[in-house]
Amino acid sequence: MAALISRLQDNRNVLGLVFLVPAALLLLVFLTYPLGLGTWLGFTDAKIGRPGVWIGLENFEYLWGDSVTRLALFNTIFYTSVASVIKFALGLWLAVLLNKNLPFKATLRAIVLLPFIVPTALSALAFWWIYDAQFSVISWALTRMGLIHQYIDFLGDPWNARFSTIAANVWRGVPFVAITLLAGLQTISPSYYEAASLDGASPWQQFRYVTLPLLTPIIAIVMTFSVLFTFTDFQLIYVLTRGGPLNATHLMATLSFQRAIPGGSLGEGAAIATAMVPFLLAAILVAYFGLQRRAWQQGGKDA
Amino acid sequence: MSEFKRRKFLKTSAGVAAGAAVGPLIWVKDANAQWKNVPEKGAHLRVLRWSRFVQGDIDQYMKNVARFTEKYGIPVRIDNEGWEDVRPKAAVAANTGAGPDIILSTNDDANLYPEKLVDVTDVCDYLGSKLGGFYPVCYPYLRPDGRHWIGVPLGVAGVCMVYRQSAIKAAGFDSFPKDFDGFLKLCKGLKEKGTPAGFALGNATGDANTWCQWLVWGFGGKLVDTNNKVVINSPETIKALEFAKELYPTFVPGTLSWLDPSNNKAFLDGQLYLTNNGISIYYAAETSSDPKLKAMAADIYHANMPVGPIGHPTEFQLFFNQMIFKYTKYPKAAKEFLRFMMEPEQMDAWVQASIGYVTPPLRYYEKNPIWTADPKNTPYRDSMKNMLPSGYAGKMGYASAGALADFIVVNMVAEAASGSKSPQEAAERAQKRAERYYKV
Repeated sequence: MAALISRLQDNRNVLGLVFLVPAALLLLVFLTYPLGLGTWLGFTDAKIGRPGVWIGLENFEYLWGDSVTRLALFNTIFYTSVASVIKFALGLWLAVLLNKNLPFKATLRAIVLLPFIVPTALSALAFWWIYDAQFSVISWALTRMGLIHQYIDFLGDPWNARFSTIAANVWRGVPFVAITLLAGLQTISPSYYEAASLDGASPWQQFRYVTLPLLTPIIAIVMTFSVLFTFTDFQLIYVLTRGGPLNATHLMATLSFQRAIPGGSLGEGAAIATAMVPFLLAAILVAYFGLQRRAWQQGGKDA
Repeated sequence: MSEFKRRKFLKTSAGVAAGAAVGPLIWVKDANAQWKNVPEKGAHLRVLRWSRFVQGDIDQYMKNVARFTEKYGIPVRIDNEGWEDVRPKAAVAANTGAGPDIILSTNDDANLYPEKLVDVTDVCDYLGSKLGGFYPVCYPYLRPDGRHWIGVPLGVAGVCMVYRQSAIKAAGFDSFPKDFDGFLKLCKGLKEKGTPAGFALGNATGDANTWCQWLVWGFGGKLVDTNNKVVINSPETIKALEFAKELYPTFVPGTLSWLDPSNNKAFLDGQLYLTNNGISIYYAAETSSDPKLKAMAADIYHANMPVGPIGHPTEFQLFFNQMIFKYTKYPKAAKEFLRFMMEPEQMDAWVQASIGYVTPPLRYYEKNPIWTADPKNTPYRDSMKNMLPSGYAGKMGYASAGALADFIVVNMVAEAASGSKSPQEAAERAQKRAERYYKV
């Protein structure tokens, strides 16, 4: 017996498994189980305080006919696509700027990260004041300058509210994109640029034919994450509008919470959350199979 | 209780207890009820409660708890959560059969899992007969079957009209209007004078729900009838929405985005002269060290919500309950605790310390000095008397809780008021949305 144990202790495979167990357990208990349970709940009629029974796709059929859920789906897609595109453009621009030889480079880079470091709930509160119907500093400044005569209804008009929440999301999300892309930029060897400039490439050509292709793998990763974060955003909306006005800023995540916890329909809330998964999977697949095609990466065209 | 007082009480309660015809009969039997209860030996309790709107509330509550422990030798641990976070915790406790022995929660919660709660009929009968009876609005919340109490009412966070006396005067009113026409006229007058009113129309759980329900009910509109059939798309509702449409342009800009704290901020900043709120605006101004706010406090007055064409008050308030869960090992100790906390020796002090934020559910407490010490507190005394229950006129349960949490009525009023939908369309949409909740 003792011999067996000592032989097992020397076996790399067995030891490897043993060392894996704690991490695997953590993942199982805190990730797989809740995810599985959440998905399962989406197929039940569970209420708060009452376990549900399996009802198949009924929740999803029901949600498909619900105007508020449809609106939330539209809001989520709109919010994610607009915010992601802006975050990408601003992030890339910022990364390229920060990659130049600037004075106080380290300090500048640290400052850029700030919005990302501040807890979302806090920055959301700051934006809540900035957008306040009565106390908005933007409206105040513009009226003082005589540019407008009435306070801007940032969060009270459906489209204003959509763009205001997107702006807050962009403010918070840009540093993540910028800093990650900056890390990617720094892995590009300067010799490529030397070669390009010897060949007489303009700065734009250098960017288009050297920087962009070599950066594509990082872009794919960072934008996948960015889309995932944006699609599942909750805190910002919850603090700023709670989904109002007239549900114009309700995202899938906030509606899921509203239906499940204050509303008591755990099953329905879980179904909304589960309905987000296909979209998220699609985003990941696009990133991996689309953006990572080698031909595209190397600046060529698809065959 | 003396014979004279009891008779008088029975007479009044018989008048008020519409829809609860059995009430007086039960009280005749229980009027002499004595409290007999022996807590379990070695009991200890855990209580989860919402916290807190005013600091005085929690301070006095803890003092009362300490007195309970001293008297009965039962240790009590109190946990606090924001009121909106109590609901999920209570639900988890009900679901898993483990958690605090007593939970102080809100609105329809007890009706979501009545079978998980300890029957507290003895406590409520005792309190009711001793302290002038519960307001009838407590029944649908906590005595849904008409016989068994599934929780002990704690009261409501009263919402009244909060206004600046000087602005009302300037708009041509000596006192706050008592009906809807006067109310609309007042709002128009306030707008003209540049001292506007404002009522939350965003997804504000407290402020928006209370005034929107009040408005629709005031015209006789309601989400469901007594059989839980959805009837929100009615001529009465349309009238209410037409009214909202006329009212909305008089509001300060931005009310569609307002959440619960928005009107407090705008009022205290002098941009808003009339809104609906708890006593907190006045309290904040009154206790402020800023002389400007002090001066404003002298000008702040309260009034009960005006009565609509339907002819009776239709206020809506945040209701607080106290539930004992069946999994507790010490149900008798838990009952003793709730009874003790509701007795005048404790409750009177607590009501006073909460400076009128909580309106108790028993008529006896109308005599609490807090309501008359400052005449501005008086309207909050009647908050329970003037209110209709959540999910009116139907029964409470998952459907009523879900419909309220989904802001169906608030969204309907907001759509019609802002003109993004016609009153007819808004009512149709609300009807469809509500039918989904009341489908079973």
